[in-house]
Amino acid sequence: MQKNRKQQLGFFLLFLCILTTIFFLGLILYFIIVRGFGVLSFEFFTQVPKRSMTAGGIAPAIVGTFYLTLGAMIFAIPLGVACAIYLSEYSPKSIIINIIRISINNLAGVPSVVFGLFGLAVFVKYFGFGVSILSGSLTLGIMVLPGIISATQEALLAVPQSYREASLALGATLWETIRKVVLPSALPGILTGIILSIGRVAGETAPIMFTAATFYTRRYPNSIFSEVMALPYHIYALMTEGVHPEAQTKIAYGCALILLILVLSMSTLAIILRQRQRSYTYYGT
Amino acid sequence: MEHKIKIEVRNLSFYYGQKQVLKKINLDILEKRVTAIIGPSGCGKTTLIRMFNRMNDLIPIGRLEGTILLDKKDINDPRTDVVEIRRRVGMVFQKPNPFPKSIFDNVSYGLEVNGIKDRRKKEEIVIKSLMKAAIWEEVKDRLNESALGLSGGQQQRLCIARCLAVAPEVLLFDEPCASLDPISTQKIEELIIELKKDYTIVIVTHNMQQAARVSDYTAFLYLGELVEFGETERLFTTPKNKMTEAYLTGKFG
Repeated sequence: MQKNRKQQLGFFLLFLCILTTIFFLGLILYFIIVRGFGVLSFEFFTQVPKRSMTAGGIAPAIVGTFYLTLGAMIFAIPLGVACAIYLSEYSPKSIIINIIRISINNLAGVPSVVFGLFGLAVFVKYFGFGVSILSGSLTLGIMVLPGIISATQEALLAVPQSYREASLALGATLWETIRKVVLPSALPGILTGIILSIGRVAGETAPIMFTAATFYTRRYPNSIFSEVMALPYHIYALMTEGVHPEAQTKIAYGCALILLILVLSMSTLAIILRQRQRSYTYYGT
Repeated sequence: MEHKIKIEVRNLSFYYGQKQVLKKINLDILEKRVTAIIGPSGCGKTTLIRMFNRMNDLIPIGRLEGTILLDKKDINDPRTDVVEIRRRVGMVFQKPNPFPKSIFDNVSYGLEVNGIKDRRKKEEIVIKSLMKAAIWEEVKDRLNESALGLSGGQQQRLCIARCLAVAPEVLLFDEPCASLDPISTQKIEELIIELKKDYTIVIVTHNMQQAARVSDYTAFLYLGELVEFGETERLFTTPKNKMTEAYLTGKFG
């Protein structure tokens, strides 16, 4: 009986933990939705901010976040996936490769504001890209690179060695094996990592603060060298600048709600893909 | 009937790092015969069979001495194309390992990587291979379904069909029935006997009855050494070596 008691207590504590987590999650959702829902309208998505950010919409910020995310992914996906393939499929086991691996893992832990400063120094100043979509995208891209690399590596690692052996034993080269057997099997896992990265990129403020974002613009970007508004930075601007806090706060919550929806739908997509991968991998066994 | 030597193993040793797992093996594998390699777990039989299609290349700390000749040519010569060796020497693994693709694509995969693009030709070879592997009747109506939906025994025969598609000369079976039920095992054994008309076959097995049933020659390996090698019937009835006799009668293993 003593043992059963302990078990019950243990399960109860675990249940309490999950309850607490759900409570806070619900609280966040509740407040953002309650406070942000009121400002949502067709104009909110299509208009530029008006009357010193107290009215109008947030269209330029949505467009800006879209371009920044797209740019970051164009840069980070091919590079990250390629690095991961090299590291887990080709690279010889050596001290240098191990150091590279550790460095990539450490890079994942660097605070995002540090990436922002790095982007300012390198892309904005040194390469002379200025405060622009290009600088911001590259900064965001470098920030999520470690995440994409490690997600891809894990997905590749999950591909059974027996698939590789079967392919090689049929007279396929290592390259053919990777391209036709390993990558297709790892694809859902890689996609999951990519989608989570998209969510992260869309929501980051610090890396774009000095490299891409501007408080306010009426114009939409016309080249990769334009500076843009972005959702997370717009929230920051609304809450810290301007002279009409009451009106601005509402809009900030509206922005937050949109950002939240964006990120949550990305995560949901990732979960669905992962589920599909599981049913695929464990099919029939 | 005289059979010519397909694979000659000469003074073959193999090391994992410092550990020597094969010790100066000498062995002739005859063409269109079944050669079984038996021995207790850890005796090096899987390592040995994986030398024949250079799968042990994948082991970074592996090192070999001695030579393996396939049709008188050294397969480990730097000028030898390993991809070509693996095409000529097919392998069926211990656990059935079909790709997570359709039944058709599993068999046509080897054709694609070997440069056969023509759809009609591919279809023709896939069907022929499935027939040869005695699985055609079971899968002919579901060629586009996932291979992972097949039973273990069917998967293993599909893997054999996949091998046959690239027209190998030698077939290596590494404990092909280790994870199969008796009926599937029987089907695979019948298939092996059928296939030896056209192919040189080497089979690793821990099941002595299986070796006795399917093989013409048997090699007994113990602790990395080739203890005895000869015609299966002779080796099983009158083993020359005391260790072979002890193993065959179940005194250790």
